[in-house]
Amino acid sequence: MTALLEVSGVSVTFDGFRAINNLSISIAEPELRAVIGPNGAGKTTFMDIVTGKTRPDKGKVLWGERSVSLLGMSESEIARVGIGRKFQKPTVFEEQSVGDNLAMALRNRREPFRVLFYRRSDADTARIREIAEEIGLADDLPRRAGDLSHGQKQWLEIGMLLAQDPRLLLVDEPAAGMTPAEREHTTDILKRAARTRAVVVIEHDMEFVRRLDCRVTVLHEGSVLAEGSLDHVTQNQQVIDVYLGR
Amino acid sequence: MARSMNARRTRFLAENPSVLWFLAGLSCFVIAVTVLAEGSGVSILSTSMVKVLGMTLCLCLVAVAMDVVWGYCGILSLGHFAFFGLGGYAIGMWLMYARTQGIIVESLSQALIPPTPTEIKDAIATQIFGVVGSNELPLIWGFADSLTLQLLMVVLVPGLLALVFGWLAFRSRVTGVYLSILTQAMTLALSLYLFQNDTGLRGNNGLSGLQNIPGLEAWPQSTLALWFFWASALALGVGYVLFAWLVSGKFGSVIRAVRDNEARVRFLGYHVESYKLVVFTLTAVVSALAGALYYPQAGIINPAEIAPIASIYLAVWVAIGGRGRLYGAVIGAAVVSLASSWFTGGGAPDIELGFYRINWTDWWLVLLGFGFVAVTLFFPRGIGGLFDYLVRKS
Ligand SMILES: Nc1ncnc2c1ncn2[C@@H]1O[C@H](COP(=O)(O)OP(=O)(O)O)[C@@H](O)[C@H]1O
Ligand SMILES: [Mg+2]
Repeated sequence: MTALLEVSGVSVTFDGFRAINNLSISIAEPELRAVIGPNGAGKTTFMDIVTGKTRPDKGKVLWGERSVSLLGMSESEIARVGIGRKFQKPTVFEEQSVGDNLAMALRNRREPFRVLFYRRSDADTARIREIAEEIGLADDLPRRAGDLSHGQKQWLEIGMLLAQDPRLLLVDEPAAGMTPAEREHTTDILKRAARTRAVVVIEHDMEFVRRLDCRVTVLHEGSVLAEGSLDHVTQNQQVIDVYLGR
Repeated sequence: MARSMNARRTRFLAENPSVLWFLAGLSCFVIAVTVLAEGSGVSILSTSMVKVLGMTLCLCLVAVAMDVVWGYCGILSLGHFAFFGLGGYAIGMWLMYARTQGIIVESLSQALIPPTPTEIKDAIATQIFGVVGSNELPLIWGFADSLTLQLLMVVLVPGLLALVFGWLAFRSRVTGVYLSILTQAMTLALSLYLFQNDTGLRGNNGLSGLQNIPGLEAWPQSTLALWFFWASALALGVGYVLFAWLVSGKFGSVIRAVRDNEARVRFLGYHVESYKLVVFTLTAVVSALAGALYYPQAGIINPAEIAPIASIYLAVWVAIGGRGRLYGAVIGAAVVSLASSWFTGGGAPDIELGFYRINWTDWWLVLLGFGFVAVTLFFPRGIGGLFDYLVRKS
């Protein structure tokens, strides 16, 4: 089992403030990984670095069997090698229908002229339906995405992630604003996705993490504090001090 | 295969009923103008009126292009009228050259010794460039004797300018108001450049006599006006359908997404800059074609036409008509430009207030300004937004 994503020795400074400090994380394929840590620990910034939104001051981010560096790539290139992302604040295209949001995310050619002459195939229509059912929005396909509830938008964004069919899913706080039943459904979707791919989930809610039942990485002040099973890390004295003790 | 093409076309029209309504409206308008025009004998509409209407259709076409680039893709370009003007200049060069050539060949044909081609060329150059104190044909007029090549210039010059400008601007991720300022700067630079006498386009004299079409000297202006009107209507119809198709499918979905949140579109794997470049360049080319149809009807083009304010008006038309709904741009351009020529052309009676006389030639811009502010504040969807109420009611 070689690493799909290898982050090593990465540091980022914002106006003199070191948000990420010599961070190293390795993700395998398939794998489900939870990343926890107090607010401001650098969890979202970690995803920003992997997806090309933020350039690190130093360190390496390597991808895939051939260990290509992601650091020289643009956001869209990184997305096309197979990294999908769900944002902390749900960001869907509110003016467009649920179906069109999913269609845009579907894994198809993305060059302008290909898209101009694209016609939705039956296979694509079926795939959109299938995803919509999985995220519980099957009856909402023609609805304007902006009219969905907060939880439904979260799901739509997860659906867009699935439609992209990436090798690595980066999911930032997927359960925020969801009811307990919705949370349970979300864990199911993520666990199913992680059977064949790498999935990294940032989450605050311990119940949610426990249900994910996977390896956990604890971040604190921009670096890894502990890593292992949830029981293992929650017994770590440092973790208790900085995170659980409060 | 043919059947599936047909099915696709039918589906496109069925999903976009506004396109059918638009085409129907345009056809009725064309028929009405044709029947009433001087060129067909009825003479209710004068030739100059037919020209104004034909020119208005060209303005509607640039407005539709502006709506695609701004209303759909979110790029507030304040430079699309520069592309319109460049298209006019490109066709104007052929019109002026070929016509001058005709006149000179005719007058020299009386001479005892037939003139050499060089003599003819020199005579044309002196005739055209005498006003700016030159008797040499500038290099950029090298293709001016060929209609085909000059038509190619109508597309290539503005197209390449848009491509290079867009590539530089989008690649550096210049967006929002900074991009608008950059497009204004480009427009200002271009118009100041054209004002120079030694740029080979006759400085502030511009190109004139464009209403005389070489080879069609025998045609009366009333007939020419009708043909140009029809050509303008055809261009608007074709351009409208093309753009409606462009914005209706997945491509339209992506550019609207770029407008609303371009960073998010990147994380979906789309190369946002390429999309912007395609839209910017394509709309620039359509604007240039509209300009190439407009100026033979106007008869004259000069650098003032390219002034930055013209491109700002274009944005005002689209805003008043309603963004992101192509017919809104058509309505905005038609209403505002026709009202403008009515008010500034002395059509509107002055208002006597006793202590002050409101003269519309001066006050029209104030009225337009208030109209723009009112629409922005109270009807953000513009005039076109009224159709939403109709559709919802029915
Ligand atoms: N673009 C930015 N500019 C300045 N500071 C930032 C930026 N992004 C994040 N930070 C700071 O970096 C730290 C880590 O943030 P973040 O990664 O969002 O934490 P979290 O673990 O809660 O997701 C925070 O202190 C935040 O204020
Ligand atoms: Mg965060």
